[in-house]
Amino acid sequence: MAKRFSIRQQTGFTTIAAACFVLLYVPIAVLVAYAFNESTSVSEWGGFSLRWFAAAWNNDQVIDASLRSLKIASSAAVIATVAATMAALATTRTRAYRGLTFKYAFINQPLMVPEIVTGVALLIFFAQIKVATGYSGLGYLIAAHTAFCIPFAYLPIRARLENMDLTLERAAADLYATPWKAFRRVTLPLLWPGIIAGLMLAFVISLDDVVITEFVKSGGQDTLPTYMLGQIRRGITPEVNAISTVFLLLSVVIVTLFFFLSRKRD
Amino acid sequence: MPDTPGKNAIEVRGVRKVFGTGEAQVAALDTVSVSIRENEFFTLLGPSGCGKTTLLRLIAGFDFPSEGEIMLYGEDIAPLPPFKRPVNTVFQSYALFPHMTVAENIGFGLEMLGKPRAEIDARVAEMLKLVRMEKLAKRRTSQISGGQQQRVALARALAPQPKVLLLDEPLSALDYKLRKEMQIELKRLQHETGITFIFVTHDQEEALTMSDRIAVMSSGKILQVGSPRDIYDRPAERFVADFIGETNFLDARIDGIDGSKAKVTLKSGATISATLPDGFKPDGEATVVIRPEHAKAVKGDGDISGVVENVVYFGTDTHVHIRLDDGETFTVRQQNARGAGTSFERGERVGIVIGDDAAQILKD
Repeated sequence: MAKRFSIRQQTGFTTIAAACFVLLYVPIAVLVAYAFNESTSVSEWGGFSLRWFAAAWNNDQVIDASLRSLKIASSAAVIATVAATMAALATTRTRAYRGLTFKYAFINQPLMVPEIVTGVALLIFFAQIKVATGYSGLGYLIAAHTAFCIPFAYLPIRARLENMDLTLERAAADLYATPWKAFRRVTLPLLWPGIIAGLMLAFVISLDDVVITEFVKSGGQDTLPTYMLGQIRRGITPEVNAISTVFLLLSVVIVTLFFFLSRKRD
Repeated sequence: MPDTPGKNAIEVRGVRKVFGTGEAQVAALDTVSVSIRENEFFTLLGPSGCGKTTLLRLIAGFDFPSEGEIMLYGEDIAPLPPFKRPVNTVFQSYALFPHMTVAENIGFGLEMLGKPRAEIDARVAEMLKLVRMEKLAKRRTSQISGGQQQRVALARALAPQPKVLLLDEPLSALDYKLRKEMQIELKRLQHETGITFIFVTHDQEEALTMSDRIAVMSSGKILQVGSPRDIYDRPAERFVADFIGETNFLDARIDGIDGSKAKVTLKSGATISATLPDGFKPDGEATVVIRPEHAKAVKGDGDISGVVENVVYFGTDTHVHIRLDDGETFTVRQQNARGAGTSFERGERVGIVIGDDAAQILKD
């Protein structure tokens, strides 16, 4: 029998794929393993221990930064998801018109503009507002995170809306539902999986942002990633590994949920 | 009921619908006027793109006319949004709400109208019984078959007791057998509920078997409105005659007019009597249509004659395709009665006898 062409059986594909997985997961596996190291070294194994998890737990700075991270991520994710839902409705429930593509690009701009540029721009912009208003709270960070979270929330919501049968909304209107009731009773329930997926994606993206946070934060406004970055500059202990491991676990749980929800289709 | 003019449920008056602007402008509906009587099963029939669905959408309120009025029992509903019109639709794709049960789907319209719970429940139970779906009330719409979804869609649209029910090719997604069943079911429902049905289809057989009256549409215009028999036996225009069933077209000269009948001479020289359409303007020439089953092939002389080109056996009947002496083709359909059938051979010379009242003159 003649050998049939198969894209999966090209010479070297298996090797390249395996190499990618090794590069991706081995460092993470090592990081997680050393989180349980008894010794203070991140490269020499000294036996199993949970001491670094305890150390992190008892480190006020870690707890403080974690809580701030969660506060910023949940606020930014919620605000971004609401805005993204509105944007998705506005860009899908309309006839195609000149400028719609430009709008897509505009909404997704944070995905394209280098983070460092956004960081610098926000730094300068917020500095002026700080001088003008005297306010220096978490609002700046929340606003900045909201801005770059919007496209991440927008994309799964828009995908869901585009797959939704438009006749359903028409049927609701035909059955005496006002536009608001049709949205509440038909569009929104069917859109939920997309909204939840968008919310979780935005949350994870906000949670591990470093670049923009570094530029925008005021003194004493470390988030977990910026705190860890600061620690590493001074020298690494397995405490950083322990924090990373918890962080990783949280992200894995959220991203897994995201996949389950976004794959759920009626 | 069908042919006695009663009250009009819907009156479409001079409705135009134009899509696009400037040079690219397309008239989906070109000044359409039609009256639909109370309690009738009215069908909009035509090929895709003829404007039948556009007209239905304008009546439902999913789109608005560029010009004209749509009167529902004397009130112009054309500018109203769909949720303010006492008109419900059965969609081609059914459009059942996937996140609700069968019963919730049926109750949706009543709920939106703000009816009390007890009334909704009673009405839903009644509708479930009407469409014979009592046992599946708690099911999700994804857990029932296509035919059952169709029934739920009907029950949902009928539950709020609309003044008019609009059906947009609702049977097109069903297989042949189920479609036949649903045709009977639809007629029964229309009879039992006494609601005016406006049914859109491109299937001429469906239109003929189900409708009280049919409007045949083409290129955004209504060409003819009438009972199935009118439309089939008395087509007024070439398109109508051609779209519905098989037809023979013959050129003729009008010799004299007597009321609704005319004496015409065919190219062969034979003179026959033919029915005139309403609003006919005589100019000497005319096209005559004759249905294949209204003519008979005989051995020997007939009104016209020709040579048998092909004989196709269909079980209940046989089609004889004849090349006339003037070069035109003519098809005759003969019943296959036992023992009584005359059989024809290819190449045989035959005469064609045109029955009394068989010929109809076209307007165009």
